[in-house]
Amino acid sequence: MTTTTDLVSYEDALASYDPVMGLEVHVELGTKTKMFCGCSTELGAEPNSQTCPTCLGLPGALPVVNATGVESAIKIGLALHCEIAEWCRFARKNYFYPDMPKNFQTSQYDEPIAFNGYLDVQLEDGETFRVEIERAHMEEDTGKSTHIGGATGRIHGAQHSLLDYNRAGIPLIEIVTKPIVGAGDRAPEVAKAYVRELRELIRALGVSEARMEMGQMRCDVNLSLMRKDADKFGTRSETKNVNSLRSVERAARFEIMRHAAVLSSGGTIIQETRHFHEDTGSTTSGRVKEEAEDYRYFPEPDLVPVAPSREWVEEIRAALPEMPLARRTRLLAEWGISATDMQAILNAGALDPIVATIDAGADAASARKWWMGELARSANESGKALDELAITPEQVARVTELVNSGDLNDKLARQVIEGVLAGEGTPDEVVDKRGLKVVSDDSALGTAVDEAIAGNPGIADKIRGGKVAAAGALVGAVMKATRGQADAARVKELILERLGVGEG
Amino acid sequence: MPGITREEVAHLARLARLELKPEELDHFAGQLDDIIGAVARVSEVADQDVPPTSHPLPLTNVMRPDEVRPSLTPEQALSGAPAQEQQRFKVPQILGED
Amino acid sequence: MTDNVNIIKLTAAETAEKIASGELTAVQVTEAHLARIEAVDEKVHAFLHVDREGALAQARAVDEKRAKGEKLGPLAGVPLALKDIFTTEGVPTTVGSKILEGWIPPYDATLTKRLKAADVVILGKTNMDEFAMGSSTENSAFGPTGNPWDLTKIPGGSGGGSSAALASFQAPLAIGTDTGGSIRQPASVTGTVGVKPTYGAVSRFGMVAFSSSLDQGGPCARTVLDAALLHEVIAGHDPLDSTSIDAPVPPVVEAARNGSVQGMRVGVVKQFRGEGYQAGVIQRFDESVELLKELGAEIVELDCPSFDLALSAYYLIAPSECSSNLARFDGLRYGLRTGDDGSHSAEEVTSLTREAGFGPEVKRRIMLGTYALSSGYYDAYYGSAQKVRTLITRDFEKAFEQVDVIVSPTTPTTAFAIGERADDPMAMYLADLCTIPTNLAGNAAMSLPCGLAPEDNLPVGLQIIAPALKDDRLYKVGAAVEAAFVEKWGHPLLEEAPSL
Ligand SMILES: [Mg+2]
Ligand SMILES: [Zn+2]
Repeated sequence: MTTTTDLVSYEDALASYDPVMGLEVHVELGTKTKMFCGCSTELGAEPNSQTCPTCLGLPGALPVVNATGVESAIKIGLALHCEIAEWCRFARKNYFYPDMPKNFQTSQYDEPIAFNGYLDVQLEDGETFRVEIERAHMEEDTGKSTHIGGATGRIHGAQHSLLDYNRAGIPLIEIVTKPIVGAGDRAPEVAKAYVRELRELIRALGVSEARMEMGQMRCDVNLSLMRKDADKFGTRSETKNVNSLRSVERAARFEIMRHAAVLSSGGTIIQETRHFHEDTGSTTSGRVKEEAEDYRYFPEPDLVPVAPSREWVEEIRAALPEMPLARRTRLLAEWGISATDMQAILNAGALDPIVATIDAGADAASARKWWMGELARSANESGKALDELAITPEQVARVTELVNSGDLNDKLARQVIEGVLAGEGTPDEVVDKRGLKVVSDDSALGTAVDEAIAGNPGIADKIRGGKVAAAGALVGAVMKATRGQADAARVKELILERLGVGEG
Repeated sequence: MPGITREEVAHLARLARLELKPEELDHFAGQLDDIIGAVARVSEVADQDVPPTSHPLPLTNVMRPDEVRPSLTPEQALSGAPAQEQQRFKVPQILGED
Repeated sequence: MTDNVNIIKLTAAETAEKIASGELTAVQVTEAHLARIEAVDEKVHAFLHVDREGALAQARAVDEKRAKGEKLGPLAGVPLALKDIFTTEGVPTTVGSKILEGWIPPYDATLTKRLKAADVVILGKTNMDEFAMGSSTENSAFGPTGNPWDLTKIPGGSGGGSSAALASFQAPLAIGTDTGGSIRQPASVTGTVGVKPTYGAVSRFGMVAFSSSLDQGGPCARTVLDAALLHEVIAGHDPLDSTSIDAPVPPVVEAARNGSVQGMRVGVVKQFRGEGYQAGVIQRFDESVELLKELGAEIVELDCPSFDLALSAYYLIAPSECSSNLARFDGLRYGLRTGDDGSHSAEEVTSLTREAGFGPEVKRRIMLGTYALSSGYYDAYYGSAQKVRTLITRDFEKAFEQVDVIVSPTTPTTAFAIGERADDPMAMYLADLCTIPTNLAGNAAMSLPCGLAPEDNLPVGLQIIAPALKDDRLYKVGAAVEAAFVEKWGHPLLEEAPSL
């Protein structure tokens, strides 16, 4: 393993070469049970408590396909504009690895359930880029190994390993792009935007939470460079299991620079797997295999073909939710905001909460204002995601309702939100407990107005003399006296009334 | 087509994870050669336009509902383990990718 | 009528009747068979494991059930010898291999569950060729089984333990599995009855896989009716096996009780004779065909040219699937582990374990399958073999347009001597010449005794083949043939076997 890698600058690399990428994303489905057995997929269970003869690969055990797994695969395929196979099979991918109980992975080979699609992705500046999809196929996850005795808990230097097969057999969908060409210097950005868009789509479909930090979605970045005057792809490297959006972008960028350095110094790229390191942002070579892998794929004889009826496929298609990009485009128009605003909303993870708040009765502008303002700030401070805050979209909608009806002003509303986040109850309960209602009742305000006039005779005279603008100072005094709870507009009316001035 | 060498046998043995002894390599090279020679007759049909049959049953779409069934207890799961530790299967060091 | 000799000579149907009527208790029957095992199995070596306590407990439960007036199954209390390829919770399951020596499964196969639910008494687990690979039971890691007709001869394989247990009256019923003939060929060489049901009729869940698309469990017995009764117990849809047929079990018992070939068209395939067939086998087969004519069947000559390629296709498909199915035996989760001394990696331990744990035939087939599936060879070997499979299926379809059943010798020769073909795999493979086409096409077949070969006085088997899902035809024809032979001989064939 090399620790230092020569690189050429990104700009120089792009001046001579065009990057070609292939992205392979594995998504763990959120089904209740595993792909081929009835074991639960619930997270956090104690080791080897969610295993059975089938997912442990005990002698004699057999697989049976999870119907929801197939349905999810079809949903994903349709959402990616793929054709859905009329007839397809599972295949065995044969290789030995201790985390794989049968020493073959039940996967799909030359007959994937979905193929030939595309996904339009949006770059930071709002431009869209079409990524062609080669295929999406069903397979199963492996168990989890813990390495004991190595200095860092890593596989190297470990004395032995411990295996927990709770995760073995969890359904995976592998989504493979066609070679992505023509992205030029935006290739790393396209890679990131693609994975992000795919994640949004998977979530919108409700087939997985696709949390990359939990390994529910992982990306392999295949990258090669092609000399600008060449007509054939170069040799690719495969950077495995990249686990965040940012890392996808960085891994692609690093490999572009590394490939360019190797190629421009007259070297050749070897086809190999590489590992991405978050800390350094670099990749290193994986173990070099003495012999080429030969997976000896053949149709899985313990399963029968999957032949989704056209009726079923159309039923699933008809029930698909609106796709994220279409939804964003529609909302952007409906709300009349800019692409940059929308990007900010997306980056903040505020889109779903805002839409839910609008669905709960708020107006769009207020919903955006609260989620992108007060709530985003609060989330930031507490290091939480917006949807982890202790306030529901319905509660935010109720706050906007109270503001619009004049019961709260913005300042009070912020206090209400603060109370809800602090666990003091619903917005109405916080209003009651903290006594935060705007006071617009004349008898309650009259005394404060009279006191303000009496306490500021000079200003009162100016107003009497026609300087209506000076009323602001008296309003301020009343607001201060009522700790901000007065209805400022009504206060101004009362002051002018008391001083015998009409408001033109 | 046949003519399986000792090296090919060694390669197959590595793929199949069999630590064959030297004398086995020779023995199998000869026997596999004989068997392959005899069964290679099937390639007579290679260019015939016949669909392959991978399975004798014409079934499709055998699926189960996504409903949880009881798993084994961890004790049962580990009951046959040659070695275990921390309720996990204990295996020698894995020469893997890292 | 309660002495042991008479009990063990009873058929399963008779035994069940006597237990139901109270003439015998299940415990008496079980004890009689355990005593027989004690007396003869040292010589025969049919069993790898005798579950004395388990069997007696099951028998007692049957007697209690009867005492309470609860409804008993049609085979309640009848002892059975289970091939050691089906998992049995709490009872060792080895598949005849060192690699699983000492393994105690934490679960029951579906077939095991069905037997228990039907109150059948499982005496123990029978010997077999390692992982069901073989035709002689010599490939068992735990030593060969002798043929009760001549202990120096093989009892067939892979299910030689089951066939020998029946022929030596250690059990009236047994279970076998048939991937290329492993039920029928042992039945043939031991003078017993064995049925390979239509593929998918009997659940494979918990049956240790050899070749998934060919393996099929089935009943073994001494009479056609007994086989039918057992067939009915073990067959039927299983949601845990994706390749299980979701349809009613054909009326096999009814067919066995109403044997007849009157007006039936019976096919004789010209590819099932010629070089390699023993004269006495052909002689008994030809007599069987004459008998069928006398019983009112019409004989039709058939040409199934692709059958000539069946053996070749089989020896590509079965090893290919087995190379993958047996990958899980890696010494990490269960069974044997070799070389774990701290100096070897997991991969090395796996390779050492498999080297030490598998016998030569298993290694040979794993290597062969690994070769046939590897890139560059797949199309020529595995791909072509699958085309042959299609052609064989078509030959059967064409044949069954003209006939109701096909008959042939079950195996080209009678039992050969232990050791005779041990180092000649190709000679060994020929034992399954007539049985393999049925596995490739997935249809049903039976072997039943049709006499002794004059030259060696060893049993010859008649194979009856029926279309898929028409398993009942086997029993209808088999029962008629069996009755005619018994009448002709004056007794069942096994009466002529040595008493051991
Ligand atoms: Mg994959
Ligand atoms: Zn499971």
